[in-house]
Amino acid sequence: MAFLNFRLQPKNELEKGGRTSALIQSDESEPEKKCPNCHRETPLSELAGNLNVCTCGYHFRMNSRQRISAMTDKGSFKEMFDDVTFSDPIGFPGYEGKIESAKNLSKEKEGVICGTATIGGEECCIFAMEPYFMMGSMGTAVGEKITALFEYATEHKMSVVGFTVSGGARMQEGLFSLLQMAKTSGAVKRHSDAGLFYLTILTDPTTGGVTASFAMEGDIILAEPSATVGFAGARVIEQTTKKPLPKGFQTSEFMMKHGFVDAIVNRQKQRTVIRHLLKVHNRREDA
Amino acid sequence: MKTDAYEKVKTARSNFRPTSVDYIHHIFDVFLELHGDRKFADDGAVVAGIAMLADKPVTVVAIEKGHSIKERMARSFGAPQPEGYRKALRLMKQAEKFKRPVICFIDTSGAYCGIGAEERGQGAAIAENLMEMMTLKTPVISIFVGEGGSGGALALAVADRVWMLENAVYSVISPEGCASILWKDSGRADEAAEVLKLTAQDSLNNGFIEKVISEENIDEEPFYKMIKEDLINELKVLGSKPLDELLEERYRKFRKVGQK
Repeated sequence: MAFLNFRLQPKNELEKGGRTSALIQSDESEPEKKCPNCHRETPLSELAGNLNVCTCGYHFRMNSRQRISAMTDKGSFKEMFDDVTFSDPIGFPGYEGKIESAKNLSKEKEGVICGTATIGGEECCIFAMEPYFMMGSMGTAVGEKITALFEYATEHKMSVVGFTVSGGARMQEGLFSLLQMAKTSGAVKRHSDAGLFYLTILTDPTTGGVTASFAMEGDIILAEPSATVGFAGARVIEQTTKKPLPKGFQTSEFMMKHGFVDAIVNRQKQRTVIRHLLKVHNRREDA
Repeated sequence: MKTDAYEKVKTARSNFRPTSVDYIHHIFDVFLELHGDRKFADDGAVVAGIAMLADKPVTVVAIEKGHSIKERMARSFGAPQPEGYRKALRLMKQAEKFKRPVICFIDTSGAYCGIGAEERGQGAAIAENLMEMMTLKTPVISIFVGEGGSGGALALAVADRVWMLENAVYSVISPEGCASILWKDSGRADEAAEVLKLTAQDSLNNGFIEKVISEENIDEEPFYKMIKEDLINELKVLGSKPLDELLEERYRKFRKVGQK
């Protein structure tokens, strides 16, 4: 057993707290993916068939298109606002190059995709943030697309379902990014005041300025198991406070225990739960 | 390399600069501090209460760094806990109920960074303020008197008018943080300060704020008197607008940031 203990020794304080994360790249050169939880190697094709969830229950990250196609009715997704693309408002050094590599890596134009779809026949507006595009960081394009989606949903009296993944506000756009927090929150508030339903599903990782704005503004907030969810970066907190972080710090489970997440829902069950919640709230119209 | 932007950052952080409470004491005639978020605790980093501006009652909410070391520690050096933001929101909602304008003073390096702050929902507290301030049915004016650090500052700056002192700064990230991410060297903060466009002048040029307040005679009576008169005049303008027009303008002001 000593051998096993050695093998399972955490590499750092974060891992000791039960936090691990791994990206799935659709990279053909790497046909298998090692699970950071059970260390089992699973062929990528098999993982994809299982919504990127390992047999042990570990949720690998998922890109935004995969997620939308897994959650919505086949062929129902109509993308919107995809013409909103990045701008470099403060001429930040090296930003354009970063955007180019993010585009190549993710095959997306920006850090979120938005549109309308049906889920089990229930209509909704939907957005999914993109982990491979600068970790879903929020610049003006992301803020603009999400704001426009909420405005559309308010106008057409539709529910919004949102999957969040974000490292926070995008530093490279300076205050332009920061103010997207206020802008998106304003649009969410108007949608909410119109009596409409907003469901967020927090996925790994949801942090910083996105946590401090539209991720935490849902009427109902769900989360994927073991996703990192928090405001300040764990490393920064560790360095600032010089205290060891509690086990499971800033995970979905931690957030639920402290009262900020309604329920943790496995990816396999999400579609059913989302459909149910949409059905419950979309009925409002007929009543 | 020494830059103007970083000089401003240092000035904004200076211990010799008046802090929010100094503004409160010089600008308002009576100030009654009200404590607590009615949920968990009273956060010393946020000072809030009811004040008289000339003869009109207003609600004042301020992030306060403190002066002496002891006071600064009690106020977590102006880094609010979630309770600070919740206290701010509680008193802003009170202002809405009694139709008092809200005046915010902002001076923070950012929201408090700690285990307890995360456990009690720092992100959720800021998010709630952003949402609620956007539709708060009373005029709101926010003044950056020193540092405006990221979401922790924005949580009090969703306002009809945002003003900044000449040497105040407002940024998405500290220049040190930016430099260590960008160049793995926090020592290059002066260069980062330049690229972040964090000065009051930058914010004015980008249309994020309406006014830069001159620091001539800072901390002297004429300086406070000037701000006081500006506040009185601006509240007259804002107070004369129909409420739906005020709220629509507030929404548009933030809506247009980054809109093509």
